[in-house]
Amino acid sequence: MSWFDAAHERTAREILARYPKARSAVIPLLHLAQEQEGWVTAEAMTEIATMTGTTAAEVLGTASFYEMFKFHPVGRYVINVCTNVSCQLLGGEELLHHAESTLGVRAGGTTDDGLFTVEDVECVAACTEAPCFTVNYRYFHRAGTDTFDEVVADLRAGRSPLGRGAAGDGGEIPEHGTLGRVRQHVTADRRAGVVPPEEVTGAPVWLSTMVGADAGSDQGEEE
Amino acid sequence: MTGAYVPHAAGYVDNGGPKVVTSRFAHEDSFTLERFMATGGYQGLRAALEMAPGDVHSEVRDATLLGRGGAGFPAGTKWGFCPEGVWPRYLVVNGDESEPGTYKDRLLMERDPHQLIEGCLIACYALGLSQCFLYVRGEMALAQERIATALNEAYAAGYVGRGVLGTDFSVDITLHWGAGAYIVGEETALIESLEGNRGMPRLKPPYFPAAIGLYGQPTIVNNVETLANVPWIMANGAVAYRQMGSRTSPGTRMFAVSGHVKRPGVYEVEQGVTTFRDLFYGEAYCQGIRDGHELKMFIPGGGSAPWFFAEHLDLPLEARDVSAAGSMLGSGAIIVMDETTDAVKACHRMVRFFARESCGKCVPCREGTGWEEKILARILDGHGRPSDIDLLLDVGDNISPGPYPVASHPDEGLDAVPFPPRQTTICPLGPSSVAPITSTIRRFRHEFEARITRGDGIPVSAAPVTATEGVGS
Repeated sequence: MSWFDAAHERTAREILARYPKARSAVIPLLHLAQEQEGWVTAEAMTEIATMTGTTAAEVLGTASFYEMFKFHPVGRYVINVCTNVSCQLLGGEELLHHAESTLGVRAGGTTDDGLFTVEDVECVAACTEAPCFTVNYRYFHRAGTDTFDEVVADLRAGRSPLGRGAAGDGGEIPEHGTLGRVRQHVTADRRAGVVPPEEVTGAPVWLSTMVGADAGSDQGEEE
Repeated sequence: MTGAYVPHAAGYVDNGGPKVVTSRFAHEDSFTLERFMATGGYQGLRAALEMAPGDVHSEVRDATLLGRGGAGFPAGTKWGFCPEGVWPRYLVVNGDESEPGTYKDRLLMERDPHQLIEGCLIACYALGLSQCFLYVRGEMALAQERIATALNEAYAAGYVGRGVLGTDFSVDITLHWGAGAYIVGEETALIESLEGNRGMPRLKPPYFPAAIGLYGQPTIVNNVETLANVPWIMANGAVAYRQMGSRTSPGTRMFAVSGHVKRPGVYEVEQGVTTFRDLFYGEAYCQGIRDGHELKMFIPGGGSAPWFFAEHLDLPLEARDVSAAGSMLGSGAIIVMDETTDAVKACHRMVRFFARESCGKCVPCREGTGWEEKILARILDGHGRPSDIDLLLDVGDNISPGPYPVASHPDEGLDAVPFPPRQTTICPLGPSSVAPITSTIRRFRHEFEARITRGDGIPVSAAPVTATEGVGS
C-alpha cells in the first residue's frame, strides 16, 4: 500500500520509468509528494526511499538542500518577494515590508488562516520587470504595493489574479505543491527506451547507419 | 487568432536587430508546435539528419558558438571532449537560471520551447548522446508547463523519441524540475542534483563532465540559450552565423538590462559590435538612465561579475575585452545603478545572496561568505568597526587569494586586474562573493567609512581620535 494515492502513484511510476537510475527520481518524487500533501512529510520520504532504493535519511539529506521543499505545513499560497539587487533598486524591500505588515507575518511565517506564507527570496529571473513577486511560483511583474493588495484580495475572494502584472500566465493558481499543471507524458510506442548505463554495450546505432548524403548513401533522405 | 492566448510575459524588447533565438517571440502563440512549424521549425533538425553526425558537430564548431551560461566556453570544443569509445553519453541542459540579474533562459523556455528541443535533438544526434535531461529551475512553473506541452507534442509528431522522423536516430528527452538552489547551475552540481543528491559541486579534475559526468558517463552540459542557437546554425550554416557579431564572439546574445534605465528589457544584441553605451543610451535599447539621474555604476555580467563605471561604457559587448578590463560578460545580466544607489547596501545585498546560496562544501566559502555578510550588515546597522573594511578584504582574500579582478581606476592611476579570480574553493561561488566587496570598496571607500561611526554618530574617518580625547579630557 503506497503512501501516494492512486493517481499520484501512477505518476510516480511514470516518473521512475524516465530515469536510467531510480535515485534520479528523488527530487521529482519529492515534488510529487508536495503536490499531494502541500508539504513533504516523513512518511512521504520513507515511501520515496523505498521507490528509489535509497534510505529515508538519504531522501531527507537531498530534500533539505533545496528551498522549495517544506517540512512543515505552509500556506495555500506561498508568496515569494524578490529583494535581490535588481528588485532592491526599484522597491523590492519596501514590497516585502508591505507584504509583512499587511499580512501580519514576518518573512518565513504563515497567516493564522493558513492562506498565505511570505518569503524573502533571491533572484527569480524577472529582473527587467522589477519589483516582482510570485504566488506559488506564478509571476507578477512590475508589482507595486497596489498590485500586491489586489492579488491578495483576489486570492481571498477565490478569484484568479493571473493576468495582473503581465506575466504571460493564465488560468487558476493551483494550491502550493502543484508546480506544472501539465506534465510530460510519453506513450510506450514513442519511447526510445531508457536503459541503465551499465547495460549499454556500444555506440548508438545511428552513428554508424546515418552517414549522411556526403558519403554517397541514400539514407537520411526519407522526408 | 488575436486574443486567443494570454499575452506574453513582459521583458523582451524587439530592438530591430538580427534575430537568431527570438525570431518567434512576437507571435502570441510562439510556444505552440503549429506556430513553430509555420516559422521554419525543425528545419535545422532535418538539415542535420541529412548530414553525418560528425559533420553536424563540425558545423557547430565552425560557428564558434560560445557558451551562454557564464563561462563563455566554445560549445563545439566542449562537445569534442567526450572520450572515444565510452558509452552511453548524456546531454544535460542547464535551465537552472538564477544568477542575479539574469532573465533570458526563462523567456526562451516559456516562449519558444520547441526551438530548445530542436537544439537538444541536434546535439544528441551529432554526438551520439542517448538521453537528454532538460533541467529546468524549480521556480519556473510556466516554463515547465510550456516545455512539457511542447515535448508531448513533439513526441506525438515523431520529432522526439523512437525513430526521429523515421530515421535510426532515437532519443528520449526528459523534463526534470529543480527545487531551488542557485549552486545547481554549476555543471557538476547540476549532475549531482540530477542523480538525486544535494547539489554540491564535484572535486576537479576532471574539469569537464564530458570526461566523467552523469552516472560516471561522458556528459555534455549546455546552457539553454547555447542550445537555442543550434537550430539556426544548422538551418543557415556556420558561415552565415559568423557574419553576425565579431570574429571572436560571433552571433547574437541575449542581454537583460535591469535597474535604473528608462526602458529595462531583454534585448537580442549582436556581440562584439555593440557597446554598453549603445545598450544603455540607444533609442532601440534602454533609452538612457532614468530622468534627472546619472550613471553611478553597473554590473556587466550577473551578480558574480566585478562592477564597472562610466569610463567603461565604450567597451564592446565582447567577452575578451570585458575580461581584460577586469570583469566578465557572464550570463548577459546587466544591472544599472544611478547616483541614488547606496553602494554599501547594494554590496551587502549581493553578498547576502552568496552567503545564502553557498552549498557549504568548501570551508573558505561556507565560513567566509557568512562573515562577509555579517560584517557588511553591522556596518549598515551602524555598528561597524574601524577595522571592518580591511577585515572584509582579508576575508575575501582567504576565498580568492591575491589581486582580485577589478576595473581600472584612472583617477588613482590603478590598472585593471583581468578576470577570472583565483580560488581556494572547488567552484567559483565563493570567489564571486568578493566581487561586490572589492568593486565597491575600491571606488566608494568613503561610503563605507561614513557608515562606520563612533558612539556619537560621527564617522570614525572624519574624526580621528586625538591624544587629548584618548586620555579623557
